[in-house]
Amino acid sequence: MPLEAFGPLSARGGGLRRRAVNVLAIGACVLAAAIILLPLALIVWHLAAKGLPAFRPSFFLHMPKPVGEAGGGMANAIVGTLILVGLGALIAVPVGVGTGVYLAEYGGGRMSAIVRYTADLLAGVPSIVVGVAAYGLVVVPMGRFSAIAGGVALGILMLPTIVRTTEEVVRLVPQSYRHAALALGAPRWRVLQSVVVPAAWSGIATAIMLALARAAGETAPLLFTALGNRFWSLALDQPMASLPVFIFDYARAPYDDWNRQAWTGALVLLLVIATISALMRITTRRVAGSR
Amino acid sequence: MTGSITVAASSPEAARSLGRPRPRSAPWADLACHGLLASLAALVLAVAILILFETARGAAPSISAFGFRFLGSTEWDPVADRYGALPYLYGTIVSSALALTLALPLGIGTAVFLAELAPPRLGEAVAFLVELLAAIPSIVYGIWGVFVLAPWLRSALEPWLVAHLGLLPLFRGFPFGIGMLNAGIVLAVMVSPTIISLSRQILLALPGSLREAALAMGATRAEAIGVMLDAARPGLLGASILGLGRALGETMAVTMVIGNTNRISASLLAPGATMASVIANEFTEATGKLYLSALTEIALVLFALTVIVNALARLLVRGATGARRDIAGAA
Repeated sequence: MPLEAFGPLSARGGGLRRRAVNVLAIGACVLAAAIILLPLALIVWHLAAKGLPAFRPSFFLHMPKPVGEAGGGMANAIVGTLILVGLGALIAVPVGVGTGVYLAEYGGGRMSAIVRYTADLLAGVPSIVVGVAAYGLVVVPMGRFSAIAGGVALGILMLPTIVRTTEEVVRLVPQSYRHAALALGAPRWRVLQSVVVPAAWSGIATAIMLALARAAGETAPLLFTALGNRFWSLALDQPMASLPVFIFDYARAPYDDWNRQAWTGALVLLLVIATISALMRITTRRVAGSR
Repeated sequence: MTGSITVAASSPEAARSLGRPRPRSAPWADLACHGLLASLAALVLAVAILILFETARGAAPSISAFGFRFLGSTEWDPVADRYGALPYLYGTIVSSALALTLALPLGIGTAVFLAELAPPRLGEAVAFLVELLAAIPSIVYGIWGVFVLAPWLRSALEPWLVAHLGLLPLFRGFPFGIGMLNAGIVLAVMVSPTIISLSRQILLALPGSLREAALAMGATRAEAIGVMLDAARPGLLGASILGLGRALGETMAVTMVIGNTNRISASLLAPGATMASVIANEFTEATGKLYLSALTEIALVLFALTVIVNALARLLVRGATGARRDIAGAA
């Protein structure tokens, strides 16, 4: 909306037309906010309405049942999601935090500029593309779909968030902390380990949790890495069930009962993500408070 | 940082060099620490290169078999082993364009409401809610699109469009509920949090004196907002391109609601497919080597497309907010 749309600026005194345009334009903005928030509110409402009926303890404890048998749960998918996200974190946390600290502490040169840019680009890569790459990198050499392949895909997706957020929070640690530690005779690695990283820890924890929450909801990269599994399996070199893939399969199935369970699965997935986010807030607050 | 240190450390460069020991006097532990962190950073670079290398390698058979014809052909025949990606390219572009057409005016209007019109407390609360909504996984939007939006489109909106706007080729055909229109709407809902929160940040980063000057000259509130929007234009453009980048690569929700046929149709009511959705649907079932390679080539094209779009967006938004960090956080 360019300025001209609202009429000439120089016209002094309130013409009726200008006042009408003013009211209309402001009304349009309020209306836009209402229109866009409506579907978002509807999604949350439908999740609760359609997901709650099957939301019982058995959903968390039982295995999926064959078609036609009532009941059944997604115990294996819930555990599978936790394992896959854990595997991803195992890869992404050391690399991501290390890189973030590197960028903040040693990041003046060309190498860090390239890494920073790469992390930004990685953040924009569609998750399905990461899935295709993980298929070629892990599934093909291993000869089968596996939880490890899924973990690698999720780890790659977590990296950019952890890298960039860690860099930010480490930069926020006041220079005077470093100067004080160096003045006491601490070598640089000791300054990082005992002063800078602890001071930034609450922020780093937030970054990790944020990445975990996002990875927990990813479906596309798991479709042809971890694949899915209707049975209980904790083996890392075998296909593994995950909540998002389960929801996808159940939502596409032509059975009403499965569709209902897909809604409940979506509600559980959202709860998992909300729990991670809540943990994030609690750790942030506690560490911030203890300092 | 105030006081005497500021004199010595007036620039960020100087501040950093203060804290950095001379390389000559660094003990081995410092070198090891630096080396470890640097190699972790190099690993990030390696990951990106590996992704590119792996997709390019997988796509090579298809590239050598079809060349540029791949992007221009509508044939997708696993039996005869002949593949063309045009319907998917078309579906990705049309669904994303539709999403932006819907999300852009609404998103920027909402951002204006949050940044300029709403009481600051309300603005912040709603902005927080919007950011929470960005955390809802795509599969949840998909399930909503299939079971809630599709029936409504089939029984209410699409018949109405056919009856009243059926003269346009855009709104002809049978109201399936599932199709391009559904995908566009779901995508619009999904990218709007990105557009809203970035646009709001950009508007808040503008100097208030712009608005005050306009008001002091007798501008109405809407006219003053027009001045602000004018100044924010490059940033808003960047925010919308970032939203576009998201829409292009979005997979699950689109796969669930677009209908998955490789036909190009002028009507928005007709089903279609996107590059991401065809990969999601067919990758595990692709039996032939060339079939798999053709799907991988689609992934490569999608990769290139999103990298270009995102690089462009970042350039624009960075120029507008003067800070890289906001974007890294919001993206």
